[in-house]
Amino acid sequence: MTDILMPALSPTMEEGGLAKWLVKPGDTVSAGQVIAEIETDKATMEVEAVDEGVVEALLVEAGAQGVKVNTPIARLKSESGQAPARAPEKPKVAPNAPPPAQPHVQPAPPPRDAGERIAASPLARRIASQSGIDLSGLKGTGPNGRIVKADVEAAIGKASSQTSMPQNGSRALTVPPPSSTPKTLEQMGIEPGSYDLVPLDMMRKTIARRMTDSFRDIPHFPLTIDLEIDKLLKARGEINARFADQGVKISVNDIIIKACALSLMRVPESNASYSPEGIAMHHHADVAVAVAIDGGLITPIIRHAETKGLATISAEMADLAQRARDRKLKPHEYQGGTFSLSNLGMMGIKSFASILNEPQGMIMSVGAGEKRPVVRNDALAIATVMTVTLTCDHRVVDGAIGSAFLKAFKGFIEDPMAMLL
Amino acid sequence: MSQFDLIVIGSGPGGYVAAIRAAQLGMKTAIVERAELGGICLNWGCIPTKALLRTAEVYRNMQHAKDFGLAADNVRFDAKAVVDRSRKVAGRLSGGIAFLMKKHKITVIAGTARLEKGGVAPKVVVKDKDGKDTSYEAKHVILATGARARAVPQAGLVPDGKRIWAYREAMTPPEWPQSLLVFGSGAIGIEFASFYAALGVKVTVIEMLDRILPVEDEEISAFAKKRFEKEGIVIRVATTAKALKATASGVEAIVEAGGKSETLTASHAIVAVGIQANTENLGLEALGVKLDKGHVVIDGQCRTNVKGLYAIGDVAGAPWLAHKASHEGVICVEAIAGLHPHEMIKERIPGCTYAHPQVASVGLTEAKAKAAGREVRVGRFPFVGNGKAIALGEDQGMVKTVFDAKTGELLGAHMVGAEVTELIQGYVIAMQAEATEETLASTIFPHPTLSEMMHEAVLDAYGRVLHV
Repeated sequence: MTDILMPALSPTMEEGGLAKWLVKPGDTVSAGQVIAEIETDKATMEVEAVDEGVVEALLVEAGAQGVKVNTPIARLKSESGQAPARAPEKPKVAPNAPPPAQPHVQPAPPPRDAGERIAASPLARRIASQSGIDLSGLKGTGPNGRIVKADVEAAIGKASSQTSMPQNGSRALTVPPPSSTPKTLEQMGIEPGSYDLVPLDMMRKTIARRMTDSFRDIPHFPLTIDLEIDKLLKARGEINARFADQGVKISVNDIIIKACALSLMRVPESNASYSPEGIAMHHHADVAVAVAIDGGLITPIIRHAETKGLATISAEMADLAQRARDRKLKPHEYQGGTFSLSNLGMMGIKSFASILNEPQGMIMSVGAGEKRPVVRNDALAIATVMTVTLTCDHRVVDGAIGSAFLKAFKGFIEDPMAMLL
Repeated sequence: MSQFDLIVIGSGPGGYVAAIRAAQLGMKTAIVERAELGGICLNWGCIPTKALLRTAEVYRNMQHAKDFGLAADNVRFDAKAVVDRSRKVAGRLSGGIAFLMKKHKITVIAGTARLEKGGVAPKVVVKDKDGKDTSYEAKHVILATGARARAVPQAGLVPDGKRIWAYREAMTPPEWPQSLLVFGSGAIGIEFASFYAALGVKVTVIEMLDRILPVEDEEISAFAKKRFEKEGIVIRVATTAKALKATASGVEAIVEAGGKSETLTASHAIVAVGIQANTENLGLEALGVKLDKGHVVIDGQCRTNVKGLYAIGDVAGAPWLAHKASHEGVICVEAIAGLHPHEMIKERIPGCTYAHPQVASVGLTEAKAKAAGREVRVGRFPFVGNGKAIALGEDQGMVKTVFDAKTGELLGAHMVGAEVTELIQGYVIAMQAEATEETLASTIFPHPTLSEMMHEAVLDAYGRVLHV
């Protein structure tokens, strides 16, 4: 018998949902056959059988959430009825899902469900609550990973060394405020029964955690600029008309992606990520583009966008967006990225400021292009104007760097021919 | 090629436990012992003294038979039979170690070991009883050579085996003493004082510091002192030995207290002024093994500064307790095996003294907790408030708890009275599991037991005591 284990579909995956079984007990499967779909925080992926055999039992029901990596999910009986010669192996992910070559992203502590029991000693719990330390973020060193006093004290030490500004030599132990034992809705005055409760799926939890961490922990600031895009619209129209027979249909967003990538190359300091070890200066412009999908959003990445032509960017974007909506993206297609772009222009939003997508140093928020009165040569004129806002991580992108990036960006957008240089 | 994965030198509670753990982990293991398997603990320490003290307890109870409605006239004892029983107990356990070594396929090498420079670890050369040297090689060598009674020649505190005894003579007395001077009031001195006093010997305990059982909480020390005095033991604290010598009829000691000199006499004396690590004639100097105050210096995984050489137990420093040695043995071997043993937290090592009354403790004393800057909450409960203690006829004793006022951490527990050596373990588990006062308060203790006092002492620290 061989147990099929919950695969880790990305290096940071701790758990996943079992979206769908494609086999049932008694089915004969062959190596390479897709047997299940696994839902990670961002995508749905296929699991293939490694060995051939007969499905003896499905150990996890379809729809199950929060299945820990390496938990047995099904049991295979080898066809001969004997144990397979080799040891049970982890099922492989579809072969075209290579290990993502990520810059080593600091893996966040495994997210835990609010209701999940955390193994911690009573003393560790007491000290943690007195010091405002969130146990769910700690790694325990006690028996079976139990969080003990020493772990909490170490966390307090770290928190204090990170956040304290020693004042007058007295106890300089400043720890973050208790990260909320959240009040129930009832405690906050919402009548029980007056709402439906939609369970948090993996994506919602991930969005909640990442956005909270980012907004709380990163000192961010917005820079806003207006851009005239008449020339850009004209150029776009011409390109699309001219290459329509080749199936080219460039969007404004495709051009913005390209302009962002070129601006990042022109102002390399802006293409950077903060880490405690130092500032990562990225070699390429990997532009992550927010795509709204059912139940949330995801940011697939146009890699090395500075090297790609508009047609390529456009085609890649269309493919990524479609697969994002189908939840078929592979982790390496949405993890990483050096810069993010969020465009709500098509929704009529005039301007907005996005929350940084860690570890990227900047995210651009693009508003709607609309005709506005502008002053030209001391006279009123009409121009198509688009407002963009750049949110910057001040630890790595200062105001001047962000402004230099926007200046370069404005140059490309208002004079698209410059992108050809 | 090494003959063994591990050679352990010394088969006391540190060494033999290390050897068993190593065998469990699949190491080819040998153990070298120059005397009896089991070391001092089994043969000349913990175990035989417990046998003697059991005799004292039964004898004391027989003398008080009337209190229990029993008649036992003409109660006497046979000193030789008392000692014989204690030797039999030791012999039985030493035989048990031989069995355990065999069961785990551990090679037992009889002889005296010394170390020489070797390859991956020092070479172990063992001289057998015929004086023949044999060399053994292993990938790892653990020193578990223990310690012996400390002598203080400048004060004449040097055992002569006749009138002036160390623990070995004290537990196999060459002749029955009429009166005893016991130098040192640590666990060893107090246990012998208690044993001999129970069997009618006039005992005087001389302690240099201002209280007996100096490592214990001050309140416990004071309580115990009163009880021992009630048992007929004369206790002289803040008294320094200046000279001790054997005379024709016994021993004569010159002691000094409060600047005044005084001569004390007795038929015999026991020297129990601490212990000294067995680091000599092992070849440690030539290997450059680092020592500090006579002990081998080790790190958290019992490694010495010499590659492949480890040290555990008494030879590696205080506290000089068998269970500390065993625990270090396990940690040491698991670290060698590449496991990740938990670290030894010295504040969680309990200590026991098996006198009448017994004394047991773990963690910080109240004074030490305060000295460490902790704000404390202290709870106390007396034996007189416990039904089981009264039923046993053992209503003298107390339980004391010391909590961190801020976090509810149990910093220390201190007990004196009947069976406290068996009770202390409850608090040790609480500390190891990092229970707070809340956990302890919400724990159900069976009635009627002495352990209820442990509950009450916790409740008392928080103003919730029930039976006082």
